[in-house]
Amino acid sequence: MRNPLILQSAFLQEVGELSRFTARFFRELVKPKQEWEEFINQCFWVGYKTLTLVGITAFIMGLVLTIQSRPTLVEFGAEAMLPAMVAVSLVREIAPVITALICAGKIGSGMGAELGSMRVTEQIDAMEVSGTNPFKYLIVTRVLATTIMVPLLSSVANAISLYGGYLGTNLRGDVSWSLYWFQVFNSLSFGDVVPSLIKTIFFGFAIGIVGCYKGYYSQKGTEGVGRSATTAVIVASLLVFIIDLLVVQITDLLDLT
Amino acid sequence: MQTKDPIVLVEHVNKSFGTNHVLRDFSMAVETGENLVILGKSGSGKSVLIKCIIKLIAADSGKITVLGQDIDALDEDQLNTWRADIGFLFQSNALYDSMTIRENLLFPLRRHWTKEKREKMADQAILEALEDVGLAHTLHMMPAELSGGMRKRVALARALILRPKVILYDEPTTGLDPITGREISQLMIDVQKKYNATSIVISHDLNCINMIANRIIMLIDGKNYASGTFQELEAATDPKIKAFFE
Repeated sequence: MRNPLILQSAFLQEVGELSRFTARFFRELVKPKQEWEEFINQCFWVGYKTLTLVGITAFIMGLVLTIQSRPTLVEFGAEAMLPAMVAVSLVREIAPVITALICAGKIGSGMGAELGSMRVTEQIDAMEVSGTNPFKYLIVTRVLATTIMVPLLSSVANAISLYGGYLGTNLRGDVSWSLYWFQVFNSLSFGDVVPSLIKTIFFGFAIGIVGCYKGYYSQKGTEGVGRSATTAVIVASLLVFIIDLLVVQITDLLDLT
Repeated sequence: MQTKDPIVLVEHVNKSFGTNHVLRDFSMAVETGENLVILGKSGSGKSVLIKCIIKLIAADSGKITVLGQDIDALDEDQLNTWRADIGFLFQSNALYDSMTIRENLLFPLRRHWTKEKREKMADQAILEALEDVGLAHTLHMMPAELSGGMRKRVALARALILRPKVILYDEPTTGLDPITGREISQLMIDVQKKYNATSIVISHDLNCINMIANRIIMLIDGKNYASGTFQELEAATDPKIKAFFE
């Protein structure tokens, strides 16, 4: 078993390195000459290529949540509250977090493995030798893409999961399309939608920066590539929950709930 | 150290990784048009040295001057511009997996050519570079579709596309069969003649070294241990040098 002091020191060192990496991201971001073509390419990969997975998961989530919530609400005679309860649960918490976790798994690991493989096969060095700033070309574009696309994916997940909720409501009940959506929008307020959207921006940033950091500094050959991909998913998923916790606390403090 | 016309000048360079002192007060000078081979054991710091020359790795101390430019005095933008004159052939080829061969060769032009110049001349330059290495037909193929020797040739074409004045080769024949190794060595000689470039080659393939080297530097214990032609070093009585040629 490793000495706890060594583990603590390694953890602090990792946090310090990640902070430096993040600071460098912002420095490179404000420098002129952005790699727009690669950014659009990354938006396509992050957004479009994850859309199906996010959509299917969101639909099932909405459907299952509605079906499982119904008996409890029926017991308390509050069946009419079903669309409102499902809407608040999905929009405030479930859809953003599940979307972020899917992205952490798919995009975070993908970036960790791709950049790690580029590192160990000297492709990143080759970019540097050819006069291209690899940090700007590879990291800034990817982190920006996740920061922008995860909130968009989360918004799509909200809509699809609410549609799943509509189908779930009508499996055993009879709520019209217009009444369902009226109840959904009537139950949602500024404090439900905006903090939820803001936290997905942070989720996207965390997924991008961790995936890129782990891949960019990958070591020890192919074994290191696998390790980069795995740790990228673990750290990004953990950060998603920590950010979620912080946003909930801040929202609560600001009385936005 | 004084030579007639040093295009690359390395003076008293030191480089350590933790307690591992890889380069110890290493100095050398390379003249324009020379084919210099650096010979040394695996892990002796040969790759570190050429990565210091192109500033992929920063030396701990000492001075490196390439094309009359002290590389430590260059800011990031100047460094990237300066790198247009240096070609680098990586040991692993370092072709971009996700790009076609055409895109691989186009990549260095993005930074150094204007958009207008790229639109007018890039396709011709790419084709010419591929023709130089005998692989014009691979233009739209992916690196994974090529054999090891072909990948090495494409990597060489990419290193040449900007017509560099200095070309650095990191173990160009490692992992290739002897016939392909000889073909690559001959290609390096042809390229040197056509572009009149200066070459610094890291290798321990004696066939390759015998074919291409004007001069050899022995890198032993992190130092410039000996220097001479292939024949001079082959005839040396020093056991450390003899060990390489036996």
